[in-house]
Amino acid sequence: MAEHYDIVIVGAGPAGLAAAEAALGQGARVAWLDAQVTAGGQVWRKDVRYGWPRRVESIVAKLLDHPNATWMPQTQVIAAEQNALLLQDERQALGVTYGALILAAGARELLLPFPGWTLPGVTGAGGLQALAKQGWPLSGRRVVIAGSGPLLLAAAATAKRHGAQVLGIYEQASQAAVHGFARTLWRWPGKALQAAALRCELAGTPYRCGSIVARATGNDALQLIEVDGPNGVQRIECELLAVGYGLVPNVELAQMLGCAMKREAAHPYVAVDDSQRTSIANVYAAGELCGIGGRDCAWLEGRIAGLAATGSAIEASLLRQQRLARRFAANLREHFKLNPCIHDLADPDTLICRCEDVPLRALENFDDARSAKLATRCGMGACQGRVCGTALAELGRFPRSGQRPPLFPARLSTLGDLPSPSDTEGLF
Amino acid sequence: MGMNQVRIAIDGQALDVPAGISVAAAIAQLRLPFRRSVGGQPRTAFCGMGVCFECRVRIDGIAQQRACMVPVREGMQVLTDG
Ligand code: FES
Repeated sequence: MAEHYDIVIVGAGPAGLAAAEAALGQGARVAWLDAQVTAGGQVWRKDVRYGWPRRVESIVAKLLDHPNATWMPQTQVIAAEQNALLLQDERQALGVTYGALILAAGARELLLPFPGWTLPGVTGAGGLQALAKQGWPLSGRRVVIAGSGPLLLAAAATAKRHGAQVLGIYEQASQAAVHGFARTLWRWPGKALQAAALRCELAGTPYRCGSIVARATGNDALQLIEVDGPNGVQRIECELLAVGYGLVPNVELAQMLGCAMKREAAHPYVAVDDSQRTSIANVYAAGELCGIGGRDCAWLEGRIAGLAATGSAIEASLLRQQRLARRFAANLREHFKLNPCIHDLADPDTLICRCEDVPLRALENFDDARSAKLATRCGMGACQGRVCGTALAELGRFPRSGQRPPLFPARLSTLGDLPSPSDTEGLF
Repeated sequence: MGMNQVRIAIDGQALDVPAGISVAAAIAQLRLPFRRSVGGQPRTAFCGMGVCFECRVRIDGIAQQRACMVPVREGMQVLTDG
């Protein structure tokens, strides 16, 4: 028996939280779910040592207490059909039906292959931040943070707070581009403040622009990295390397629902109108899903979606702020554009598919993901191509292919509940 | 810090860890690989957020659990595939 809710919200980051708050404020019965055990998403992930930022803590506490809200932690969407979702939590499969669905699945990191990226000790940049907040031991460890974007600063600050010795932050964008970005910050005073606060926290940590980690080496674990920068190649001994090249939207569920997509460079995002409506009736999307826009943008769009999905009026000022936040994101994207030589870091022996250990060399003779997958198993593993498929799209090899159910590896008992057997044809 | 400790076992080795940390963070304290790849390479947690599946281990008899998504619980038995 499927439980019915007026609004079901997938994702409990800023967009999902704002949507829940807005919809509850209009008297709706709301279910909100997230794959993680606690709400907050990635940007507001609860730190086991330092907790949440106070504002987030009070938002979450209010939602958890609300009589019309049902919180479903550690819950993933496995399959969907019209106005219904099949969910799986830690113990069981369950169905829900909805009046409106708000997708707020956020983003994941753009993780790109380079020689040595599979060594223990190499993580994403946001990845290291997430692990630190989970209690990953960092005290006294020598850490290098690299890749691109302001997330590197946030990751470095978290690592330092957890006792890491951050040897340096290596940003791929040129110094001119980063300075150009800094000069535009006055237009977004809140952002300028955040940047200033981070700079204070990171005083004494080297920040080098125009620098790319070209290689990581070590016997069974990371020992040494090579950073290619304006002054040539530098070798750095470290135990942890955190590299992230920005974020990509988690569009898999929206794709499965048939929502129309747009593309930002190689990566799809969900097309929405001014009220965050997707092309599918009663399905809304907000935040990173609609193109990487950052935390403030996600919050505003979540609120807009929550109001629209309950048929409520949306204040003009809300829409104005949202447009401003989107302009900030566009500005950031422009200044932190990836240097194309990052696409050529992998050598023929570099593993592209980490699940199936498929090297770049094995993919040379294919020009679409499907034939490469059938011949090499690239993208067939547990991550279902979330890492390698996204990387190959970024590298300009193959475009991302659409997602079919189950969206995550599901337990067999859950699959027994799949709405129609034809949906899963050819999967097993 | 004032955090409560819980006792778990990783590959049969008892370990006291702060309550609330993830299984991934607990395994990292022992500096163990999480799994061997199909080609036999050691792997550890990579994305930290449930995307890459590099951190999968067996937890209380259930295989293929993402260690970065599961908080430790008292008495938990974790088996790496390292
Ligand atoms: S570290 Fe990627 S899924 Fe756990």
